[in-house]
Amino acid sequence: MESLMMLLIGVLVAVATYLVLSRTFIRVILGTAILSHAVHLLILTMGGLKKGDVPLLNQSNGPYTDALPQALILTAIVISFAVTAFVLVLAYRVYKTNGTDDFDKLGGSSDE
Amino acid sequence: MIIVLAILFPFLIAACIPFIYRSFTKLHLGWFVLAVPVTLFIFLTTYIPQIAKGQTFQHTVEWIPTFNINFTTYLDGLSMIFALLITGVGSLVILYSIFYLSKKESLQHFYCYLLLFMGAMLGVVLSDNLMVLYAFWELTSVSSFLLIAFWHHRKASRAGARKSMTITVTGGIAMLAGFLMLYAMTGTFSVREILDSLGGLQDHALFVPAMCLVLLGAFTKSAQFPFHIWLPDAMEAPTPVSAYLHSATMVKAGIYLVARMTPVFGGHEVWFWAVSLAGLITLFWGSFNAVKQYDLKGLLAYSTVSQLGLIMCLMGLGAAALHLGYSKESVIYTQATFAALFHLINHSTFKGALFMMVGIVDHEVGTRDIRRLGGLMAMMPFTFTIAVIGSASMAGLPPFNGFLSKEMFFTATLRIMELDIFSLETFGLLFPIVAWVASVFTFIYSTILVVRTFLGKVKPERLEKPPHEAPIGMLISPFILVGFVIGIFFFPNVLAKNILQPAMASVYPAFPSAAELTPKISAWHGILAPELWMTIAIIIVGLALYKTLPKWRPIYRIIPENYTLNALYERFIGMSESYSGRITNTYMNGKLSYYFFYIYIGFVTLAAGYFIWSGTFSWTPTTDSPIEYYELILVIVMIFTAVSILFTKGRITSVLLNGVLGYGVALSFVIFRAPDLALTQLVVESVTTALFLITFKFLPELKPERTSGAAKFSKALVSIAVGATITFIGLTAINYDKFLAISRYFEDAYELAGGQNIVNTILGDFRAFDTMLEVVVLFIAGLGVYSLIKLKAKKGDADVEN
Repeated sequence: MESLMMLLIGVLVAVATYLVLSRTFIRVILGTAILSHAVHLLILTMGGLKKGDVPLLNQSNGPYTDALPQALILTAIVISFAVTAFVLVLAYRVYKTNGTDDFDKLGGSSDE
Repeated sequence: MIIVLAILFPFLIAACIPFIYRSFTKLHLGWFVLAVPVTLFIFLTTYIPQIAKGQTFQHTVEWIPTFNINFTTYLDGLSMIFALLITGVGSLVILYSIFYLSKKESLQHFYCYLLLFMGAMLGVVLSDNLMVLYAFWELTSVSSFLLIAFWHHRKASRAGARKSMTITVTGGIAMLAGFLMLYAMTGTFSVREILDSLGGLQDHALFVPAMCLVLLGAFTKSAQFPFHIWLPDAMEAPTPVSAYLHSATMVKAGIYLVARMTPVFGGHEVWFWAVSLAGLITLFWGSFNAVKQYDLKGLLAYSTVSQLGLIMCLMGLGAAALHLGYSKESVIYTQATFAALFHLINHSTFKGALFMMVGIVDHEVGTRDIRRLGGLMAMMPFTFTIAVIGSASMAGLPPFNGFLSKEMFFTATLRIMELDIFSLETFGLLFPIVAWVASVFTFIYSTILVVRTFLGKVKPERLEKPPHEAPIGMLISPFILVGFVIGIFFFPNVLAKNILQPAMASVYPAFPSAAELTPKISAWHGILAPELWMTIAIIIVGLALYKTLPKWRPIYRIIPENYTLNALYERFIGMSESYSGRITNTYMNGKLSYYFFYIYIGFVTLAAGYFIWSGTFSWTPTTDSPIEYYELILVIVMIFTAVSILFTKGRITSVLLNGVLGYGVALSFVIFRAPDLALTQLVVESVTTALFLITFKFLPELKPERTSGAAKFSKALVSIAVGATITFIGLTAINYDKFLAISRYFEDAYELAGGQNIVNTILGDFRAFDTMLEVVVLFIAGLGVYSLIKLKAKKGDADVEN
């Protein structure tokens, strides 16, 4: 199962990378969103899969699945949500100010 | 301890200057600042008797002991000379500046920089630790930069400041490398300890490279050929600064370093030739070029270059004694070093006076161009007196101190011919000849300085202001210096015994008796002494050449304008700027996707490259948990979804597909025993999708990107490489078992934190602080979102930058 998950993660990362390398805002932001999916799965998988029960003490007597990656991912999900929200609004603001959603046209001024 | 405070004192006062400046607006700021060097000077003079007896004072304040970097101060004879010059000349220069700079100038900056410099310079000469010395060394460069650019509205000031900074800091970095090599050889940064571990050092492979790098630092700072080009340009600084930094103190830091390092490197042939030849060439080139200058300060700048060369050359010659080792005969060669230290002091006195004199002329008449000056003697008799005494001393005439040290210089060059080490039997003759020729030029420019400025006819129509004598305050400082010029001539041995003798002991620590190293200075060596006839010949030839100057002036045009050192330097800087600009512009093209390409390629090369190189990749599918068929379906669906995002045209479709991926991730959380994650993921994914859809209202339709096939291919290639790298790292990491898992600890959650849900206790209890910060991040993001939505361009602001 772990190997299969790693394959999935690799595919997700590759797709995310391809999107991040694009020029339009939406594609790049989608890329970062997919990248965070991939990373969450990666953290979870590296901790080992299905090695024990749900980490709830009143539900089982163990052994439990590694709870630490789960705590990390929980944090990461929330943060990535915050970042996505911020970047989306930033994209909106940049589009409104500059009138383009193409990164290549935002390369700073030529006299810098 | 008190010496540490002495170094820090100027810095402290510099920090207080803004407050002093604002509280006492009536009085010239210089009067307050003057107290600093005067106090320090008096404080240092109290140490003279003990230092003269051969005592030294060392004190250590631990700073970074793990790296052997400690703030160790060391006061010995050599530091004493420099510290006295820094504070003594510093006092006179500040006194002079009070009358030179009007209150309209931004005095708070000027005195702040000046105090910064003073502290840094004291730090250089009083530090025993090489790293601390280096830090102060660079600080002197920085403060010199600030002071040269004091009138920063002038282009020449800025250019001069930049040039001096570039050259001295380049040398400084070379010196740092040299210090690090010394550390590699001896294991200590302390000069004292390096001196103790000298045995066998000469045979070390790093010995000569370290020596050359340290010398590079010294030569750039002390304006030795071919690095001297910054000094004439630095004359754009206000005259008090030129008198202080660029003739009396900072440029002598290089001499100090050479003197300090002589016991370490001095015995080596490379040292002897590098120092003495660099000095000799500089001596000649500086004096030769001084003659052609029309600007009085330019003339003094080249003259300073030349005199620094003289001192440097003497330091080199004196090192021969170290090669020979201690004996009754070798002591005679140490006199070159003695003459160097003696001339160092003499130069500071007469050159300081001359700079102040030129400053007075500039201040009262409005020009420094000798073609416009002349006949000022009648109007400015006191200034004229200063000029005559200073110039005569510079030219090496009695009864002034320059005569004594110049005679000693000749003696040293004549003696070095008798040696038969370092192939001196062949090249030894070079020294007295070049020395004599350079002295002739020195005589000529000293004559120009006096005659063209003060004698001849007045040209009032070519002057900016009607000439008149300077205020008394401006004359005090140069007259004190001139007093030393004469005083030292008549009582040289007082100076020799109290100041120079202990310094000799610092340069030759291995020689048993400092008293033996101190010759008796006398003005008269008998009618047959070759030095006397050399001086007489200088006067005769010099006067003849001065009279015929217009005839031989064309020799200065032999070197075409394009090939002077300055032009070469400018071209080098200009070219390196344009080339580096061009190289940078090729890859920093302002396109985000290119930058991502660099990052990704860098990541793949480093991470995957290391994996392949080290052979750490391992894959053991046998330890995997079994795959259920529904899991397989989920994974296939997710892969399919992910890939299809790449090929969708509409933005709604891609966002919904991303949602599918998100729910897929939530499902996998369920399968992999992470109910909390699954819940959170479901909520977050729904909100994110909604958020995307809302922003779409304000963003344009997704247009297909017009990119070439090759670009698409390279994008695909990089993406696959990145994905593969992650997969391989992940596969290897799963079976990594070198460390024990730490999660067992959290399974005691109920006992430790009173919670049944382990994940919750980690977030809310064990790592509660992290969670709090996470909330802060959320809060900041929320603020950002809010302000970006609400933000409106202010009225009058352009909507688009630039």
